[in-house]
Amino acid sequence: MANFIDRRLNSKNKSTVNRQRFLRRYKNQIKKSVSEAINKRGVTDIESGEDIVIPRKDLSEPVFHQGGGGIKDRVHPGNDQFAPGDRIPRPPQQQGQGSGQGEASNSGEGEDDFTFSISKDEYLNLLFEDLELPNLEKNQLDKLIEFKTVRSGYCAEGVPANIDIVKSLQGSIARRIAMTSSKRKEIKELEQQLLALQNDKHDHIQKERELIEAITLLKEKIAKVPFIDTFDLRFRNYAKQAVPTSKAVMFCLMDVSGSMDQATKEMAKRFYILLYLFLSRTYKNIDVVYIRHHTQAKEVNEHEFFYSQETGGTIASSALELMNQIINERYSESQWNIYGAQASDGDNWADDSPRCKTLLEQNILPRTRYFSYIEITQRAHQTLWQHYQQVADANPNFAMQHIKSVADIYPVFRELFKKNTQNAA
Amino acid sequence: MATSIKEKNKKKSTSKESTKDSQHLANHVASETSPLDDSSDWTFELLDLYQQEIARVAKHYRLDTYTNQIEVITAEQMMDAYASVGMPIGYSHWTFGKKFIQTEQNYKRGQMGLAYEIVINSSPCISYLMEENTMTMQALVMAHACYGHNSFFKGNYLFKSWTDASSIIDYLLFAKNYIADCDLKYGISEVEATLDACHALMSHGVDRYKRPQKISLDEELKRQKEREEYLQSQVNSLWRTVPKAEKNDTKQHYKFPAEPQENILYFVEKNAPLLKPWQREIVRIVRKISQYFYPQKQTQVMNEGWACFWHYTILNHLYDEGLVTDKFMIEFLHSHTNVVAQPEYNSPYYSGINPYALGFNMFMDIRRICEEPTDEDKQYFPEIAGSDWLDTVHFAMENFKDESFISQYLSPKLIRDFKLFHIHDDSSNNFVEIGAIHNEQGYKKVRENLANQYNLSNLEVNIQIIDANIEGDRALTLRYTPHNNVALGDSKDEVLKHLHYLWQFDVKIIQEDKDGIDQVIASCPIKEKKEKE
Repeated sequence: MANFIDRRLNSKNKSTVNRQRFLRRYKNQIKKSVSEAINKRGVTDIESGEDIVIPRKDLSEPVFHQGGGGIKDRVHPGNDQFAPGDRIPRPPQQQGQGSGQGEASNSGEGEDDFTFSISKDEYLNLLFEDLELPNLEKNQLDKLIEFKTVRSGYCAEGVPANIDIVKSLQGSIARRIAMTSSKRKEIKELEQQLLALQNDKHDHIQKERELIEAITLLKEKIAKVPFIDTFDLRFRNYAKQAVPTSKAVMFCLMDVSGSMDQATKEMAKRFYILLYLFLSRTYKNIDVVYIRHHTQAKEVNEHEFFYSQETGGTIASSALELMNQIINERYSESQWNIYGAQASDGDNWADDSPRCKTLLEQNILPRTRYFSYIEITQRAHQTLWQHYQQVADANPNFAMQHIKSVADIYPVFRELFKKNTQNAA
Repeated sequence: MATSIKEKNKKKSTSKESTKDSQHLANHVASETSPLDDSSDWTFELLDLYQQEIARVAKHYRLDTYTNQIEVITAEQMMDAYASVGMPIGYSHWTFGKKFIQTEQNYKRGQMGLAYEIVINSSPCISYLMEENTMTMQALVMAHACYGHNSFFKGNYLFKSWTDASSIIDYLLFAKNYIADCDLKYGISEVEATLDACHALMSHGVDRYKRPQKISLDEELKRQKEREEYLQSQVNSLWRTVPKAEKNDTKQHYKFPAEPQENILYFVEKNAPLLKPWQREIVRIVRKISQYFYPQKQTQVMNEGWACFWHYTILNHLYDEGLVTDKFMIEFLHSHTNVVAQPEYNSPYYSGINPYALGFNMFMDIRRICEEPTDEDKQYFPEIAGSDWLDTVHFAMENFKDESFISQYLSPKLIRDFKLFHIHDDSSNNFVEIGAIHNEQGYKKVRENLANQYNLSNLEVNIQIIDANIEGDRALTLRYTPHNNVALGDSKDEVLKHLHYLWQFDVKIIQEDKDGIDQVIASCPIKEKKEKE
């Protein structure tokens, strides 16, 4: 006796839960590995997963086992040279090597670290763990402006386009069974009687005729039960559900004046990519608007933004003005979650900085979820930093950080978005 | 998608059949039985045909089996099965995740192939066939697992008396659900810590001498609730004696437990003072599962040997009947020889004695002794030489475990074939000594030592609970009794931490030194040596 079962189509990832448990348990080690890796990564492969290395000793599960020393008797196959009583000097690595199957196999890999890959999602989860988009919860509820049509069961009335055929036919079958079962039972009984009469030695012509008539009558009745009735029809029901808007736009503002060299831009780019990835975890659709500026601002595409070379002085307010203009034209704040990130080396026309401050405070910050400013420089801060400092003090949705080298980017990013427990409490 | 693949397979096999039919017509030497299709692609129809033939032959050889449930799975599912150490339904725990990641990494790097099959001691007996196997391999696996292992599970005395195949799946399901419930009620971290602690002591959760009760799901569920309350009340009443005892010091010391306890998990489950009821249940689950696997540990050589012996015998029988082709046999023998190969001690592939090789050759040898005994065999095995081979192998399968099987049946011929030799390694010498080799004087000694090598009580650490101080500080004392002066491994401190987690009061291990005085060799929490006085 044997039964064959094809399990190939069963769910594959039976071990997923266990894998998650494993990641959970070794979170600290894995996180360390991730944050070490982030700075070594190329900008372009930020979408891939990551190899994680954990020291093997951290993973071991201890059990009582026999250690070294004492007397050990072993039998091995393939004797080619030994006679009883032969004495062989102990091999130097006696402890691990000669003492039996179990330990020998361990010692082969004992030194290695435990290396495995995590997927992109797992990687991002770890990368952005404990980070949150500021002000998100507070604002989200009053922005219920979009509606989604969702299925909500079935109803008896509706337009023909919404007829659910399977449900309707199920209803039809049920109705037909219900309406004919007693009659079918009768037919069965009558047929048995008829059979009994026919098998009988004597003739019962009259009775047989009556029975046949009764059976045909019942059969006609059954046939009259309609195949489908308006009563059977079921229509798919839909309801409107309000959903918070999940569209976001990210403004990348960058100074491309002569003082910004390629290395500085590279750092800014890493920061933008982190921000983009982070936003993509909360929002499904993200528009990115690139604005670069020297004395004039211009909206450009990604490639131009990062790689075209420009020279000239710096007027930061031009970029803010353009951003403001684009918001007015294309991204109304009732439909979009607006985020801004500005990167600069801190140079600005001294007279322009106060104007930046007013632009931010009056036009931009009231409409954006969050605006972050990073200054990438080795030198002392200039007027722009000082004015922004005042903005930061007065506005909770504005933040600024200073980056000196590539290694600062991830910590600074974490600093900007770390969960604000004070606000929550 | 899947159906289309299947159909393609079907088409292929039917076309092959038809060509074969035409060949048959062309051939005048039509044999009485036409061989089964030997194309390498398998189909479910073909699996069933082979299965029926194998079943018929198995019956001919009186193999008594549980009903087979043969499940076809993919390589990835095979890795899942690996990770859960062969339990078809495992509870969630990180260690299985670790095993899965390890298996996956090794497999991806090509460091290991996957086993062709996994078989589970349950009724019905579940065997996994891997999708990637060829038809020949599937037939080999069916003969090996579904009739070899299966009949071993049903016939061997250890399995008969220690495990209940019909209820294990239900019990594992119960365990999984119970632990999942605990995860929700008490938090993953707590449950994980408890499981970690239990796993560390898992091999000390076995009754080695006392036969355990059979586990059945209905009873488990019914009794579990009562047990929770009852156990707690028992524990409480045991510890209630604490304050009283301090007053009358003169009273005779009440020793608890009265006798040393080898089943540490059982003792913890019943007596740990502060364990919560759900933790006791988890200890119990791990203990039961450990007990379930205990016979498998003790019969590795026999179990694999028996399965190899029967896949070899059954498929050769089919070949003799003309049911399988030469092509089939060559592929089968290629795999078979790989499985039962024994590298020699100086080979780079050597990693101890291959249980498949030893077991298979021993069963083949028993058959040889029965059918064609030499004078030497008659001298060594007077009671089986020349007897009915089928009766003898069945008797051997049913009534032995690895240790006793080897000491009973390892013949001088086999010792010579394997060129077995014995190394005596005393750490007080700076050399190792050859104790015995495959010659007249050495046979018995080699056999004795090889048998001991499979004696679990020599391999596993002998640690027993000797005292729980119920009158004072509730400290738990364990005694390590070394076998042949082998010291306890370094991990003892770590394991003790786990035991401390369960017991929650001081725990320590003592060992008698050369002068017969007990020395503490490990304790948790670790204490400075104050006890010198």
